Amino acid sequence: MAAQSNLRNMLLCLTGVCLVCASLLAAVNAVTKDIIAETAHKNLVASIAAVLPEGGELSESQATDAAGIGEYYVLSSDGAPVAYAVKSTTNGFGGALTLMVGVLPDGTVYNTSVLEHSETPGLGAKCTEEESHFRTQFKGFRGALKVTKDGGAIDAITASTITSRAFTLAVKQAVDMVNTLNGGQNNE
Amino acid sequence: MSKMHFLTDGLVKNNPTFVLVLGMCPTLATTTSAMNGLEMGLATMFVLILSNMVISLISPIVPDKVHIPVYIVVIATFVTLLELLMKAYVPDIYATLGLFIPLIVVNCIVLGRAEAFANKNGVGASALDGIGVGLGFTVSLTVIGLVRELLGSGSAFGFKLLPGDGILAFVLAPGAFIVIGYLMVLFNKYLKK
Repeated sequence: MAAQSNLRNMLLCLTGVCLVCASLLAAVNAVTKDIIAETAHKNLVASIAAVLPEGGELSESQATDAAGIGEYYVLSSDGAPVAYAVKSTTNGFGGALTLMVGVLPDGTVYNTSVLEHSETPGLGAKCTEEESHFRTQFKGFRGALKVTKDGGAIDAITASTITSRAFTLAVKQAVDMVNTLNGGQNNE
Repeated sequence: MSKMHFLTDGLVKNNPTFVLVLGMCPTLATTTSAMNGLEMGLATMFVLILSNMVISLISPIVPDKVHIPVYIVVIATFVTLLELLMKAYVPDIYATLGLFIPLIVVNCIVLGRAEAFANKNGVGASALDGIGVGLGFTVSLTVIGLVRELLGSGSAFGFKLLPGDGILAFVLAPGAFIVIGYLMVLFNKYLKK
């Protein structure tokens, strides 16, 4: 038989249940917080390492107000920058598309890696296949970062022009940011 | 009378997917492969068992007028618990299921079993009901995922079985509706007596 629904009972019951639940969650959060942060950090470091040349010193995360750029990291050797890892976001076909783009100081793309995407499985999601032609053509690329349909030099993924455009734009944003950073001296 | 029927009811007679048709949102969205379906089913089962047990224990002291908020708080607590644990210990699975883990809070199966079963039955029976319905949900999701994976990408649990790319539509949303529809027909014809 349920307790009577008077104000006192209802207040006591709701407060009690919420208190117990909140304490339980606080305890679990205290245990898992560090592990979650460590995993997130490990993933970030791995994604940065994947798009940069080996060796050198990696900087802390740097902020910028360039459009679509979340943050960037500088890899330097003997005080001179060797490469930049730039986190760049654009709108894909199914939502935000976030990449980590490795860029050399002269504006050449070193490598790319997909951090987050919601592209269509089997179509746009092919942009996550690192060995595909679409992805390998970015390695060492320098020039017009546009898909061929828009007059550029990047071959789009078949039947996924919107994803390809978004991916190419994200890479372009990163390259533009690095070029601006270096005083625009790399503009062709 | 044996309590085992609480366990088996959830699998066939009260099968959440094919008979009660509850929790369709995660069913349609996460069954792109057998493995995803299995993981989603197990995650829901975890919440279902614990929330059923706690609700059967506290229901005598919960005033009627506030029973829904209290149940939701209990369910949300277990879901958040699950989310934190998954993020910490199995981040890869969390990355695949992502958004659908917090959405277990509003999965009608969980509140439905609390309302229809756990608040009228003892803690043992409620736990068995949670396991039964949870298993029913897990098996259904895994079967749907298996069919979609087999037709859509020619593999099962990630192992390539058939040559070629498969029929893409089955991995996408329309395939989910088609597969669930046909499986529901077969289920009701051959299993539900």
